[in-house]
Amino acid sequence: MNNEKKIYGITATFKTPDEIINAAKKVSNAGYIHFDVNTPYPVHGMDGAMKIKPSKLGFVTLVMGLSGAAIALLLMFWTMSVDYPIVIGGKPFFALPAFIPITFELTVLLATLSTVGAMIALFFRLPDNQHPLHDTEYMKSVSADKYGVVIEAEDVKFDEKSVLDFLKTLNPISTEIVFYPVVEEYPIFQPKFIMFLIAIAIVVSGGTYFSLNKLTIITPFNWMMEQDRVNAQSPSELFADGRGMRTPVEGTVAKGFIPYPYKGQTNPTEVLANPFLPTKENIALGKAKYFTYCTPCHGDFADGDSRLRGQFPNPPTLHSKRARDFSDGMIYHIITNGQNVMPSYASQITRDERWAIVNYVRVLQRAKNASDADLIDMNKEAGSNVAN
Amino acid sequence: MSQTDFHYQKKELPASLSRLGIIIFVVGTVLSLLAFFVDQERAIFNYLVTYMMIVSIGLGSLFLIGLEYIAGADWSTPIRRIPEFFAMLLPVLFVLVIPILVFNHDLFHWAHKEAVADDKILQGKAPYLNETFFIVRTFVFIGLWSLFYFVMTRNSRKQDETKDQTLTKKNIRLGAIFIPVFALSITFTAVDLMMSLEPHWFSTIYGVYYFAGTVVASLAAITIAVILLKEKGYFGSWMTNDHLFSLGALLFAFINFWAYIAFSQFMLIWYADLPEETFWYLTRWNGGWVFISLLLIVTHFLVPYFALLTQPSKMNPKVLKFIAVWLLFAHLLDMFWLIMPNMGSMKSGYIFSWIDLVFPIAGTGLVIFVFAFAAKKANLIPIGDPKLKRGIDFHL
Repeated sequence: MNNEKKIYGITATFKTPDEIINAAKKVSNAGYIHFDVNTPYPVHGMDGAMKIKPSKLGFVTLVMGLSGAAIALLLMFWTMSVDYPIVIGGKPFFALPAFIPITFELTVLLATLSTVGAMIALFFRLPDNQHPLHDTEYMKSVSADKYGVVIEAEDVKFDEKSVLDFLKTLNPISTEIVFYPVVEEYPIFQPKFIMFLIAIAIVVSGGTYFSLNKLTIITPFNWMMEQDRVNAQSPSELFADGRGMRTPVEGTVAKGFIPYPYKGQTNPTEVLANPFLPTKENIALGKAKYFTYCTPCHGDFADGDSRLRGQFPNPPTLHSKRARDFSDGMIYHIITNGQNVMPSYASQITRDERWAIVNYVRVLQRAKNASDADLIDMNKEAGSNVAN
Repeated sequence: MSQTDFHYQKKELPASLSRLGIIIFVVGTVLSLLAFFVDQERAIFNYLVTYMMIVSIGLGSLFLIGLEYIAGADWSTPIRRIPEFFAMLLPVLFVLVIPILVFNHDLFHWAHKEAVADDKILQGKAPYLNETFFIVRTFVFIGLWSLFYFVMTRNSRKQDETKDQTLTKKNIRLGAIFIPVFALSITFTAVDLMMSLEPHWFSTIYGVYYFAGTVVASLAAITIAVILLKEKGYFGSWMTNDHLFSLGALLFAFINFWAYIAFSQFMLIWYADLPEETFWYLTRWNGGWVFISLLLIVTHFLVPYFALLTQPSKMNPKVLKFIAVWLLFAHLLDMFWLIMPNMGSMKSGYIFSWIDLVFPIAGTGLVIFVFAFAAKKANLIPIGDPKLKRGIDFHL
């Protein structure tokens, strides 16, 4: 016997389940604690024979089951009742009966999965591919048709000779002394091996890159950027002239646009009436638009004294008798249609804003050409505030 | 597994048991007859409650016998005589069902010809719900149950003397035939005797619901009988807590099954919210019924669930006996809850009356008497059964 080898335990095999139950009883009665029984299938009554305490696994099941119930209820409470409450089928936001099935499922799911997981990882201590009993004659026979018991060297009462003698008294068909497997040392970090690894890494990564990117390229999802439609300003084969963009049909009216029927006419003013009263807001709007579009030529006060300083023909003053006698519609028509060198402002200024500018021009005209009656009216208004 | 042989010496149940049964039965019957004269309608509804309870115990026991045979269960073989004794209630149903058929006009709205004449829905259901077919069905079902009871228990008893193993094989075949017969007959019985009390209402899970309660009730009755006989020493020393654990585990399973089915029925109706279905639950939410409905959840599920959750409590004879008695009351409450709200004057709310208490007394006396009567003629343990030894040596 090799003295360097460490003993793991001593095994004994039996032929029938009755014998193994009997053997387990005798082993545990002899006072051994670190021993195990291996059978091809679960043998009823083994727990009692081995004096195994009830498993604590049930507590894992209980705790994880309760956790599953709590998680399910909290999740549904939070999403359905607090974060995003939606009325579904006229049920209350916290509809407990509807939550029960999911709570039940999650309870069972968490309880069973964690029970199996805990059993494998905590109680069986798997994965263990170095167990001394592996690859022994004993393990081969007890996983086929024999029933075996192994007394481990860990036990305080363990003594090679006495255990062997004790097991012999149970009339086993065979006994075996099991040693810890000899673990051979393999030096991993040899230069040759490292070079081999590097070579493999280069070949595999290069090959992977080449095959994935060049040989078998798969277009990633392009978020619908390629579509069978005509993009603006691009050609199309659908039409004979090859143009993708088409001119609208004759008489097409753009959305929100009312055509101006008096284009090019000189005096269509009878039919154009100002739809806006000269209220404070409307005049303020007109003032703002006037300062944006009109002052560059007509000047701040419509005197025709623009900032252009002769670079462009100045317009005449709007305070002339002729200009003051224009109807509102006439001014609107000029802004819309243009006059002499003044271009049309229809594309820059909306219709409502044009009418607001008309109102503001009227304000300027009246301010520059105030009559005595206007002064009296002003005094009347001011006097009511100052003194009487 | 012990190598010792098992010797059975028949020990007669005391005569006082059947005397006790007769006394309780007579007292209960006198009170019940009095109840009939006081309030005939209420009495017949209460009679139906107790009748369904007796069907539950008897039919559930026969189901468990059949199940044991076709599943090849060992652990329940030594105590199989207990459900066999309870199943003797089935032939008694031939007599017990007569008052229900006689007073069917008090029970069933659809039995009134003038009511059916004005009712399109009841006219549609008339090919099934009519008195002739109803009576035929009832007797055919009781006849089938009794037939299977007689044949299966006769085989079982004959085996005590002949030790003939082919009798077990015969009973396995009979059990395999009985289970589908049982599934259909219990469904139609639940529909006929309880669901048709409210002929406009329907629930396709109703038969399964009654089946779940049936198994709970019969298992509870078997558990009580087994533990009492064990305490009095009729079984000998072989019976371990592992046998009790198996009874407790089955009880626990069927409590859960009942709750699952009961909730399935409720949730679908609650979610769909159709007036033609919800009114059945709304009736059971009226007046005092709401408390009985909530009490049913507590007694039939919550309390027994937590009481039987752990392994030690299923092995403890005292806990198990208490819970078994508790569950018998819970099943009685379940039958009461299913049947009584259909009574015209009870629809708006529950009003207590002494009449509700007297019928279960008579039923208890009858069950005890029938049990003692059946036990007199047979061994307490099926000594000829080939599975007996494995059952006696049963360990978890």
